[in-house]
Amino acid sequence: MIHKGKVVGFVCKFCALLNFDLGPAPEAAIHIEVVELPCAGRIDSRAVLTAFEHGADAVFVMGCPTHECMNINGSRRAEQRLLRVWEILGSVGLNRNRLVFYPVSGTEGPHLSQIARELEERVVQLGPNPLRLRRQGKELQEQ
Amino acid sequence: MIIAEQKPLAEIAESVQDVAKVLVVGCGGCVTVCLSGGENEAEVLASALRIKRGIDGIAGEVGQVTVERQCDPEYVAKLDTAVDGIDAVVSLACGVGVQFLAERYSKTVVVPAQNTKFAGGTVEHGVWEERCGLCGECVLAATGGICPIIRCSKSLLNGPCGGSAQGYCEVGKDIPCAWVMIYERLKKLGREASLCEIAAVKDWSKSRDGGPRKIVREDLRL
Amino acid sequence: MSECMTESRLEKLFAAGEFVVTSEIGPLKSASAHNIIKHTEETKQYCHGFNLTDNQSAIVRLSSIAAAVHVLQHGGNPIMQMTCRDRNRLAMQSDLLGAYSLGVRNVLCLSGDHQSFGNHPTAKNVYDIDSIQLIAMVKKMRDEKKMLSGEEMKIEPRFYIGAVANPFGDPIELRVMRLAKKVRAGAQFIQTQAIFDVEKFSHWMELVCAAGIDGQVNIMAGVLPIKSVRALTYMKENVAGMSIPDVLIERMRNAENQQAEGIAITVEIIQQLRQIKGIKGVHIMPVAWESVLPEIVSKAGLLPREKAAE
Repeated sequence: MIHKGKVVGFVCKFCALLNFDLGPAPEAAIHIEVVELPCAGRIDSRAVLTAFEHGADAVFVMGCPTHECMNINGSRRAEQRLLRVWEILGSVGLNRNRLVFYPVSGTEGPHLSQIARELEERVVQLGPNPLRLRRQGKELQEQ
Repeated sequence: MIIAEQKPLAEIAESVQDVAKVLVVGCGGCVTVCLSGGENEAEVLASALRIKRGIDGIAGEVGQVTVERQCDPEYVAKLDTAVDGIDAVVSLACGVGVQFLAERYSKTVVVPAQNTKFAGGTVEHGVWEERCGLCGECVLAATGGICPIIRCSKSLLNGPCGGSAQGYCEVGKDIPCAWVMIYERLKKLGREASLCEIAAVKDWSKSRDGGPRKIVREDLRL
Repeated sequence: MSECMTESRLEKLFAAGEFVVTSEIGPLKSASAHNIIKHTEETKQYCHGFNLTDNQSAIVRLSSIAAAVHVLQHGGNPIMQMTCRDRNRLAMQSDLLGAYSLGVRNVLCLSGDHQSFGNHPTAKNVYDIDSIQLIAMVKKMRDEKKMLSGEEMKIEPRFYIGAVANPFGDPIELRVMRLAKKVRAGAQFIQTQAIFDVEKFSHWMELVCAAGIDGQVNIMAGVLPIKSVRALTYMKENVAGMSIPDVLIERMRNAENQQAEGIAITVEIIQQLRQIKGIKGVHIMPVAWESVLPEIVSKAGLLPREKAAE
């Protein structure tokens, strides 16, 4: 059984769900769990940290491009709020690149399948969440 | 309100790295309003500590709970069950709350997660500034509602000093000169002539210089 | 101002109508007074008194009181400076008593630069009383023979009291009002910040004279000899409360010999300041250039007639 990378995505309903059907191919090395938000601006730092605590290898937040947010400021606020979480990640021993914000337009821009490929590369490159490795008693390789 | 700022996470983690069971306690008072130590922040800190300790291989658990205020013994008492069996409490309250917890749970290690900074207020969302010097003898009536003790870097009572320039304090261009502000405010009120009087020396014994302070209201004692 | 209240030589000179010339010596950041002794010996005949700074710019230096005593021991006339930043009212009164007992007769009272400027920014700042309250306290000790607490002293320190003024601060009417407050508190002589913009300074003096302050206190205009255009530009950009006209910067930049030009400019400024109503003297601050004092004093025609020793 090939071990799959765990990815949690917090996804704004306006843009992202249009692409939802085009998820990662079954043979991809990652599994994406999606949490729908009414707006990316609703992202809560607690939720992001909980995802990492439960072993997520990467977390992404997807929202409208900041100048096109359907709720005007939601997308911008989301990215701003994530600044604090990136800081925390750096302080607790997790590579900041495990958290990423994707601005995605509903009408154009990358399809979820492209993002899934990018995420797969990211997870393969960064390796599993060191917390998961620690729990599995394996050697840590986090940079 | 009392404004506090979280210590660096590394410092907080280090203060409890030798113990297994940790309880993060948030406070629903001032630190909730200044967004540094309330329920949300307690959950974030607890989660961050769990991740870090997990990666660093420190055994144990980190829980979190928040009470209305840590500076009132009746509210602190509600923590008895949660604190039972805990090795270290990480308090997100200001210095006052930390001490009240430490006093009640004298057999448990209690550490602060915040640096208590000043008595101040919100000037815009996300920005807080110091306003009150806690001097124990308020002179705001004479200075048009602007505190010379804390807003003047030298606590002058007959300011401004020679370093004030273009309305700014010599210490930095982000600090407005309190005495220029006082003068302008009194001018608006038509009371600037009062500044010609020499303000007498301050009785600092009413401030922290006199020793720890206390207020007793006999009419309110049970 | 004809009746002298103290033994201060400065007070006597002002009372006699002399144009008083004072200078300044900056103590070193070490336990040695050799520069103080040297400058006193070499330049005491070119001025009526030397200011000894008090941890200027919040940088620890040999104390003003000690420096003043070294000046006295070598025949000079010291003006001790006392800031409010480092001492509370107990230490201030104690130091005033001690300084007077050692022969110091002049004290300049000022707030003092904030410690964040200096070499010990993490120190606790004192500012127990401000400069105006300090002036009033020195006057109370002298005229009422009482400490600030009201307790009586058998032998009171009889200081000649000085203060500083910034003619380029704003708002200008607030500054003039504060100068009046210093005089009412007991200031008897004033030394201003360094002047480069004589026109702006004249305007301030007009307001001061209109308020009648010139008749109540002896105002000395401050000048600061500069030896390079770099020093002048640095001051323009970094020192609060300075007003430096661009024409002076141009003169320095275009000069063949910047030092000589700097001296010439200082001499011109002094001569212009002497013409201003209400100016009773000049305070020359040769920062890191104490040796230039004799040349400036002689070129400006300021040579004091009496010997320096009291």
